[in-house]
Amino acid sequence: MDNDRIDQIIDGHDGEASALIQVLLEIQSEHHWLPKEALERVSERLDVPLGRIQHIATFYKAFSLVPKGRHEVHICMGTACHVRGASRVLDTVQDLTGIRPGETDLDMKFSLETVNCLGCCALGPVMEINGKTHGKLSIAETEDVLKGYD
Amino acid sequence: MPRIESPADLETLRKDILSKRDAEKRCITLCSGTACHATGSKEVAAAIERETETQGFTGKVDFRRTGCHGFCEKGPIIVIHPEEICYLQVTPEDVPEIISQTFGEKKAVDRLLYVDANTGEQVTREPDIPFYKNQERLVFGPNKLINPTSVEDYLAIGGYRALSKALFEMTPEQVIEEVQQAKLRGRGGAGFPAGKKWELARRAPGDIKYVVVNCDEGDPGAYMDRSLMEGNPFGVLEGLLIGAYAIGSHEGYFYVRQEYPLALENLGVAIEHAKEHGLLGKDILGSGFDFDFDVKVHRGAGAFVCGEETALLMSLEGKAGEPRPRPPYPAVRGLWDRPTNINNVETWANVPLIINGGAEAFAAIGTEESKGTKIFSLVGKINNTGLVEVPMGITLRDIIYKIGGGIPGGKKFKAVQTGGPSGGCIPEELLDSEVGFDELTRAGSMMGSGGMIVMDEDTCMVDVARYFIDFLTDESCGKCLPCREGLRQMHKILNRITKGQGEEGDLELLEELSETAVEASLCALGKTAPNPFRSTLRYFRDEYEAHIHEKMCPALSCKDLISYYIDPAKCQACMLCLKKCPADAIDGAKKTIHIIDQEKCTNCGNCFEVCPSRFGAVKKISGEAVPAPVPQKERAISKASKSK
Repeated sequence: MDNDRIDQIIDGHDGEASALIQVLLEIQSEHHWLPKEALERVSERLDVPLGRIQHIATFYKAFSLVPKGRHEVHICMGTACHVRGASRVLDTVQDLTGIRPGETDLDMKFSLETVNCLGCCALGPVMEINGKTHGKLSIAETEDVLKGYD
Repeated sequence: MPRIESPADLETLRKDILSKRDAEKRCITLCSGTACHATGSKEVAAAIERETETQGFTGKVDFRRTGCHGFCEKGPIIVIHPEEICYLQVTPEDVPEIISQTFGEKKAVDRLLYVDANTGEQVTREPDIPFYKNQERLVFGPNKLINPTSVEDYLAIGGYRALSKALFEMTPEQVIEEVQQAKLRGRGGAGFPAGKKWELARRAPGDIKYVVVNCDEGDPGAYMDRSLMEGNPFGVLEGLLIGAYAIGSHEGYFYVRQEYPLALENLGVAIEHAKEHGLLGKDILGSGFDFDFDVKVHRGAGAFVCGEETALLMSLEGKAGEPRPRPPYPAVRGLWDRPTNINNVETWANVPLIINGGAEAFAAIGTEESKGTKIFSLVGKINNTGLVEVPMGITLRDIIYKIGGGIPGGKKFKAVQTGGPSGGCIPEELLDSEVGFDELTRAGSMMGSGGMIVMDEDTCMVDVARYFIDFLTDESCGKCLPCREGLRQMHKILNRITKGQGEEGDLELLEELSETAVEASLCALGKTAPNPFRSTLRYFRDEYEAHIHEKMCPALSCKDLISYYIDPAKCQACMLCLKKCPADAIDGAKKTIHIIDQEKCTNCGNCFEVCPSRFGAVKKISGEAVPAPVPQKERAISKASKSK
C-alpha cells in the first residue's frame, strides 16, 4: 500500500490523532493487513508514537500484522453457535485447510479466524467467508462451502 | 425534499406523505436484515421486482424492503399488506406463484405459510403466528413497517413527532422528569435508571457535553441492537436527539461494531437524510434554541470489553479500550474528560415512545422495578429462533414455550442462559420466574443485553462454563490481575475437568478464584466473569461431580469423555459411516456389521451424524467401557426380509 493512499485516508479524517483506530480500520479493510511501513507512515502523519499504534493494532481483533490469504474464513464461536455445534464446524475447517485460528496456509488461499459473535444467532452454526454468511452448517455443508473457493 | 423549518412544516410534510399513500393498496414487504440476506433475501427481492413487472402488477402493488422481522429462523420472510399474509423461507423460485396466486387468484400459497410444529395447524396472517402473537412489539414494531433508508416511511408512522414535542412543548428538565417517571432502565445490561444518568450529565459543570450510542453489541448470542440499527436507525437517532436536548449536548457519537456493516450503512443514510431535512445540524426544526447537533460514527475494531462504557470512551479517543476506574463516572468526566452520557441502542430507541405516549403509559407495562418491554434474542435449542419483544414481567416459561414453541426434536429442556458471558444459567425449576432486572439477578443470572440461549439435555453445563470463561479470558483487557490471571487459571482447571482430568479440590479452588475476581476486578467484565461458573455449579453440581469423580459427561458432549460405538443389533451395514469416517476407524463391508476401532477413532462424531435415524445404530457412551466388538463370525447380516 503506497503512502499516497494512506495520506488520503488520513486526510479523510482531517489528520486527527483520535481517528487512529478508524484510519487503521480503513487500511486493514483495503489491504487486508497492516504492514510495518504503513504503521510508520500513520505514526508520522498523526504524530502518534509507533509503540502506541502497535498497542492498538494488537489490542483490537480486527487488525492483522501479517498478510492474509485470499479468502478470510471467520467461524462464529458465539454461544448460540456453540450449543449448535460450532466447534465441529471449526474442526472440519481445520482438517480441510490444515491451519488453525490465526493462521494462513502456505498457498495464501485461506486465513482462519474465530469470532465471538457475528449476530446471526438464528442461523447457527455460522461461518463467514469474505463477508458472505453461510448458516445452519452441517459437517458436509461446511466441506462443500469450502470447496467452492479457489 | 425541502428543509423542515418548523413543527407545522413537519406535520404538513407528514400529511403530504400520508395523502399519497393508500392504506388499502397491496404492498409486499420483504425482510432484508442480515440473517435474511444470508438466506437469500437479495435474490428474492430481484425476483419480486421482475415478477410484478412481467405479471403486469407494476403500479398496482408496492414493494418495500424492510428491516428484520425477528423470525430469523424462517427467513426470508414476505408479508403482504393489508391482509398481512405471511410467507416464510421464500426462495426466488416461489415468487412467480406468490404473485400470481395472491394477487391474481386472491388465494394464499398454502405451502409457504407457517405451520405450528406442535399442533400442525396452518396460520395465514403474521400477527396470528404464535411467535408474534404473544409479543408486545413497541420498540421493534416499526422494523417491519419501514424501509430503513426511507425517512418518508419513518415520517409516515409518526417519526420525529417526539422530537418536535420535546423541543417545542417541553423544557429539558421536563424531558428528564418524564424519562425518570417512566422508570426507563438501561437496556445494555446494568439496568441503571436512564433518567438519573441524564440528570447527572445535565447537572455536571461544563459547556461541552457529549451523548453516545453504544452499539458495540458484543454479548455472544445477542443481536437485537444490530437489528434495531439496521431496521430503524431513525428511531435511535430521534432518541439520541431528545437526550441531547435534555442534557444540553451538542455533539454525539455512534459507536458501532465493524462486524455490523449493514447497520453502519443504514445509519449513514439516516444521518444524511436527517441533515438534509434540518432534523440534524444547526437550528433543528427551526427551534430557535441554541441547539445544533453534530453526530459522528465510530467503528469498533473488535474488542468485547469496549461495550463497557469507560473502555468505549477510551476507544472513541483513539486509544486501546481499557476500562478506567469509576468514579468519576462518565456523566461527570467522560469523553476527553467532559460530561458524557452513554446509553445502549435499545435504551435510546425507547425514548421517543416515552415522549410520545407519556411516562404513565410506558410505566403501565412491566413489573414494579422494571418498566416497558425488552427485546430478547431467543436462540440455541429452540423451535422458533429469533428476536422477541416482551413486556417485562412475563415468565421465562411463556417466552420459551408460548413464543419459542419449545425444544426441537422432542428433547428435554435443561437450562436457559441469559445475560451474556456475565450472566448465568437458569434451570427448569425456575422457569416460572418473571423477567426483569432484579428478578433475573435473584435467579442467579442477569438481564444483560438480552441474549437468551436455550440449552437442552445434550448441552454439558461444565462445558458451558468452560466456554464462557474461555471467552472472557480471551477478552480480558489485561489491565488488572484478578481478571487476567484468575480467569486463566479457572480456564485451565475447567479445561482439565472437561478432559476427564479433574481432581479433588478443583471445585473449591474455582470458587476461591471466583471470589477474588468478583471482589477485586476493576470493571464489570472481571467482576461478573465467574457468574457462568457459579450459576452452573449452583444448579448443576452433579454434572461437575460426574466429570471429576466418574470421568463421565452426563450430556454426552465432552469429546474426551465419550466414545462412539455401533450397536451390532441395529447396524444394517449401509456403509455410510464407513465412507464418512475421516480417520478410517470403521471396519466393515456390505452385509457385515461395522465396528469402530477405538484406537483410531478421533471422536469427530461424523458416524453419529450420518447414521440414518431409522437405524440409529451409532451410540455415544460415557463413563462406561465400550462393549467388546462382535466376533468376526457373527458379523454377517442376512437380509432375507429386505426386498430387492
